[in-house]
Amino acid sequence: MFGKKLQVSLYRYNPEEDKFPYMKKYTIDKPERDIMVLDLLHLLKEQDQSVSYRRSCREGVCGSDGMNINGKNGLACITPISSVIKRNKIELRPLPGLPVIRDLVVDMTEFYAQYEKIKPFLQNETTAPEQERLQSPEERDKLDGLYECILCACCSTSCPSFWWNPDKFVGPAALLQAYRFLADSRDLKTEERLDALSDPFSVYRCHGIMNCVNVCPKGLNPNKAIGEIKSMLHKNKKDIIASDRI
Amino acid sequence: MNNIFTDNIKTIEFDSLIVGGGGSGMRASLELAKSGLKTAVVSKVFPTRSHTVSAQGGITCAIASADPNDDWRWHMYDTVKGADFIGDQDAIEYLCSEGPKAVFELEHMGLPFSRFENGRIYQRPFGGQSKDFGKGGQAARTCAAADRTGHALLHTLYQNNVKEGTKFLNEWFAVDLVKNSKDEVTGVIAFSIENGEVAYLKAQATVLATGGAGRIYASTTNALINTGDGLAMALRAGFPAQDMEMWQFHPTGIYGAGSLVTEGCRGEGGYLINKDGERFMERYAPNVKDLAGRDVVARSMVLEILEGRGCGEKNDHIFLKLDHLGADVLNSKLPGICELSRTFAHVDPVYEPIPVVPTCHYMMGGTPTNVNGQAFTRQNGQDQLIPGLFSAGEAACVSVHGANRLGGNSLLDLVVFGRATGMHIQKELKSGGGVDSATRSDIKKSLERLNALNDSTDGFDPAEVKRELQECMQNYFGVFRRGEFMKKGLDQLNEIKEKVDNLHLKDKSDAFNTSRVEAIELQNLFEVAEATAVSAYQRNESRGAHARDDFPDRDDENWLCHTIFDPQTKEVSKRGVNFEPSKVEAFPPKVRTY
Repeated sequence: MFGKKLQVSLYRYNPEEDKFPYMKKYTIDKPERDIMVLDLLHLLKEQDQSVSYRRSCREGVCGSDGMNINGKNGLACITPISSVIKRNKIELRPLPGLPVIRDLVVDMTEFYAQYEKIKPFLQNETTAPEQERLQSPEERDKLDGLYECILCACCSTSCPSFWWNPDKFVGPAALLQAYRFLADSRDLKTEERLDALSDPFSVYRCHGIMNCVNVCPKGLNPNKAIGEIKSMLHKNKKDIIASDRI
Repeated sequence: MNNIFTDNIKTIEFDSLIVGGGGSGMRASLELAKSGLKTAVVSKVFPTRSHTVSAQGGITCAIASADPNDDWRWHMYDTVKGADFIGDQDAIEYLCSEGPKAVFELEHMGLPFSRFENGRIYQRPFGGQSKDFGKGGQAARTCAAADRTGHALLHTLYQNNVKEGTKFLNEWFAVDLVKNSKDEVTGVIAFSIENGEVAYLKAQATVLATGGAGRIYASTTNALINTGDGLAMALRAGFPAQDMEMWQFHPTGIYGAGSLVTEGCRGEGGYLINKDGERFMERYAPNVKDLAGRDVVARSMVLEILEGRGCGEKNDHIFLKLDHLGADVLNSKLPGICELSRTFAHVDPVYEPIPVVPTCHYMMGGTPTNVNGQAFTRQNGQDQLIPGLFSAGEAACVSVHGANRLGGNSLLDLVVFGRATGMHIQKELKSGGGVDSATRSDIKKSLERLNALNDSTDGFDPAEVKRELQECMQNYFGVFRRGEFMKKGLDQLNEIKEKVDNLHLKDKSDAFNTSRVEAIELQNLFEVAEATAVSAYQRNESRGAHARDDFPDRDDENWLCHTIFDPQTKEVSKRGVNFEPSKVEAFPPKVRTY
């Protein structure tokens, strides 16, 4: 499937040594079988201990190893090199748009801050029953495609609006979670949640570019969730205007 | 990071400190954050990257949803039997009877459980589950959020910790416990992975919630971060470990990749076949077949392979057949498995079976604790509480899993004992409990290991030594064990110890230096591996997950007991099993068949 050697171009930056980041070329022997990009990084690290990246579950559920692979964001552990290799070359860079701590490790503070901003927890202040709160399978189905997010940041860091306004635009990942709670029949703070999102930046900086949908390693659709939020906001506003007239 | 002198390290003080941001750690911290005690979680990864996230099939608990007559006592019976009778019955009783409360709390927090038509939580059958104390047939007791229950549980706990304002020290690595002159635990030495800053995190109560250590084996379902850090810290501080020979090999890890394929697949109707297409579990467990205990299924699979009936070119794996369930069931009940299987086995379960092999999955042993999460050591044959030290979850051995854990009981263990530990610490600290301060020389002692690595100028390559350790454990301490082989393994471990004590850390930089983290993790893995090997060599019987082909039978006369590994003498002693539950009669040992 490959030539004898594989060339890897890796983004390197160590704040203690480098004034500027640079791309370093590594040549490694062609692996016998198809391996994941994360396995490739393990091989590089055995060659060069100083290579740094995050990883944990190595099966695409923890969201640690989001990175930019040949120009597209994805999870290293579930991306086979055969699917990204171009002329025996692979280029690995950190997720775009966030400050780099070292090599492929980015500072995700702003990403997490947006997540916390949408109050990512169920809000229901009525007295809980002794058993579970009931929810029909149909109501529960509405959470599918939303709750599975692994917070890898592949989507938000591929979004030009998030690059421009990471402090004001909530971004696709956190908006997906905002909708996860708006859509939950057990959550009672719909009004408050919508109010918190109704400014010109939080939601409306999404212009439907769809990069988020294109890169999500879990196959989720933040763009659709954002559309749902927009129509809820719209309806909410109309309701308010209507109630003002009465 | 140069040699760190105790004079210039920062002290950060808390009432309680949780080491580990997985399920048990975040359940404990939630309880403590709500109580108003100054609490921090120190985690080497952002909490939702913890291994709890990989749990799939569910959380087993008698919430009487699938069966309105379900009873926690039946769950208790199954767990005692599954544990091959060396689980402590006071702890199992607490687990099963408190369980429903803990599960309903999770639902109230927002966990997106799958549902039945009547709106109640969906439950599926899992291995080792029965109704009416084994007499009423298969039960369906595992509460599930599709096949992503661990993910849903971990994110829900993180979200609720955000709500309660828990303080997180994310991407901080805890290196060693700090003890005062009275042998009380007063916190940990830790460093920020991001910038290398070292600090003494001082606390009145320190909870080890660092999960398992499956990475001692070459083939494991465990995340790369599962290196037994907390248990190793306790061992280095001289505190014992219990039942370390008991490691669960999950029947269905994806062949070649090790990723877990949930037992829920078999719960939903999937089954294992050998190369002849035979459903062989009918021969080994005629009553419940593929839903026997995990130890039983794993051993049966290895026997099939050893007898030449394995699948594939090398006859070295087994097939898990799911296609007969149909695309609808697979996509709605097991979507994550379909995804994993396509990615790592290049197989679509809708059409083809998944190649699987028994793979190291779970550490039943750990730091011994009581039901309040209080860790203890042994003195003159008696349990002696260690002031300031607590443990919960897979890192701890309370012991509810005994010699073999039932599927779905680990998530229940996390929330029940994380919660119990939090509640107990609250009570203890609010009634004036606590520990004396550590002196400067106490702190210095806990910095020794970090300093030695930072000063290393030559020595062994951590990546190579790790491979050697994992292969040794895989070869000599796997599914089947034999005295003479284990002796070889122990000799090899002695050689590896030399290397582990003399690692060379080439990269001494401070910013996100993962080489430093990996070197320390390797030392932790070694501590756990050594405790495992010594304990396994001592237990001259077969029980639960510990299968000796030189001692094929269970020996209740000599071994109906826990093993306690003492890290100071490297010796193993026995400790009695608790047969005194308070609400029911104890379940006496009997022959374990499925």
